[in-house]
Amino acid sequence: MAVDTPPEPAAALAGLDQLEQAPPQQARRHLGARIWAASWPKLLALVIALAFWELVYLSGFKHDVLAGPAATFSSLWDQLHHAQLWSALGTTLRRGVLGFALALVIGTVVGALVSRIRPLRAGTGSLITALQTLPSIVWVPFGIILFGTTTTTILFVIIMTAAPAIANGLISGTDYLPPLLLRAARTMGLRRLALYRHVILPATLPAYMGGLKQGWAFGWHGLIAGEIVVLILGQQSLGVLLSNDQDQSDFAAATAIIIVILIIGIVVDMLFNLVNNRIRSRRGVAQSNA
Amino acid sequence: MTTDPRVDETTATAAIQISDVSKTFGRGDTALLALDRISLSVAPGEFVCLIGASGCGKSTLLNLIAGLDTLTSGEISTGGRRVALMFQESALFPWLTAARNVEVPLQAAGVPRAERRQRVADLLDLVQLSAFADKRPHELSGGMRQRVALARSLAQDADVLLMDEPFGALDAMTRDLLHEVLEGIWRRRHLSIVFVTHEVREAVRLGDRVVLLSSRPGRVIGEFDVEFARPRGMDSPDTVGLAIKIKDRLREEIMRHGR
Repeated sequence: MAVDTPPEPAAALAGLDQLEQAPPQQARRHLGARIWAASWPKLLALVIALAFWELVYLSGFKHDVLAGPAATFSSLWDQLHHAQLWSALGTTLRRGVLGFALALVIGTVVGALVSRIRPLRAGTGSLITALQTLPSIVWVPFGIILFGTTTTTILFVIIMTAAPAIANGLISGTDYLPPLLLRAARTMGLRRLALYRHVILPATLPAYMGGLKQGWAFGWHGLIAGEIVVLILGQQSLGVLLSNDQDQSDFAAATAIIIVILIIGIVVDMLFNLVNNRIRSRRGVAQSNA
Repeated sequence: MTTDPRVDETTATAAIQISDVSKTFGRGDTALLALDRISLSVAPGEFVCLIGASGCGKSTLLNLIAGLDTLTSGEISTGGRRVALMFQESALFPWLTAARNVEVPLQAAGVPRAERRQRVADLLDLVQLSAFADKRPHELSGGMRQRVALARSLAQDADVLLMDEPFGALDAMTRDLLHEVLEGIWRRRHLSIVFVTHEVREAVRLGDRVVLLSSRPGRVIGEFDVEFARPRGMDSPDTVGLAIKIKDRLREEIMRHGR
């Protein structure tokens, strides 16, 4: 057989192809400029919040306990110079990462099973959604009865709050697999494992990533709630510090810890958004602005 | 033409042999007869266009030939030939580049990596998209996506290409050019093509034969051999003349349902 040569309409086709390409996007701005563009609205919001707080403080509302931004940030500064905060932060993050990793495995396995087995999907799908609506704190007494005041209880709370979200992400991802893609895959002879690898996994990835992000947020709630209630002797954690500050009515110190918790939440959320936006832009789906 | 070792010699006279095929959807009172004893033979290297009004079961028939659905009665044989199916939407995987999309069937068939690279490059060259190998589907126009889909079908090493209104969503200029591309590839690769369309002139432009199907249930009610020379123009007097004849026949069929 002769070597395939391009058919005749080459020139016209090449012309059309060029015309149909979207005009070149404006050059990506410098990294510094992009970071500034993304962060100045957030900074502005922060300034407004601080100004409001300062005003409340100046008004003398609950002046015997309420501390202003200045005292709070000075407390935060002090705590940053003591090992206690860092060791507490280390413990909390270790628990968070370990608990999330376990939730990831459990949520993924459950989600994969439920989405593949039809009767299971019909039976348990709504149950998993119902689990998600439970406040994380309800798992604390449950965990203490089962495991006592131990790290296991805290990990249990993280898993019970994060795993349903992760499973749900995977399930909704498979629910919305485009039938046309599955048909195309079948005509290409993709079966079983190859079908999973080439079609089902990549197609469900955005929904799955959404589930992971939500799972982390829920798990983080559960973790801090658990730490405030489940006080384990000899172990510092963000929850324990917060609980101590509560006992001493130290508003500035407590607020400083809350700021630390908030910052970790924001940083992790940004990491998830970074990954999600990458996935979305590769597929031509609009990016979220968060 | 080379003989293909995959092809069973006893049935080699026809690339697709459809004998007395019926397809019923559902059961009992609500059962719908979609195809009623269709018989159709497509010769190796033949370009057959299927045309019909809505509800003639064109897509159903393609699904049956592709083995995506089971038939109620009758028999379809492709004599061991490989069959690829193309849709009106490209059905490309949005997370893969054009080149990686074309590579998927090769991966599924276990072709070694180095050979895959080469064949993907050749196929993209064939559909004139070498310059766009690294673009993702959303960065390509509709016509370009259909060319990637065509390359992906060819990567399945198919002898039979089933096309379900593949250019139905394209503008006229792009469609005309893709007719030329498809015709060129069909010739060079000695493909047997079944091309479903609702555009009569497109059928006359491309087909060696135009097969007319009735609606509800789908039956073959007419066959027209297109004998004038290729390449044909969509607007040439020959094309338009035959298209008018086919359209009249089609209109009769549609009016039958209005009574």
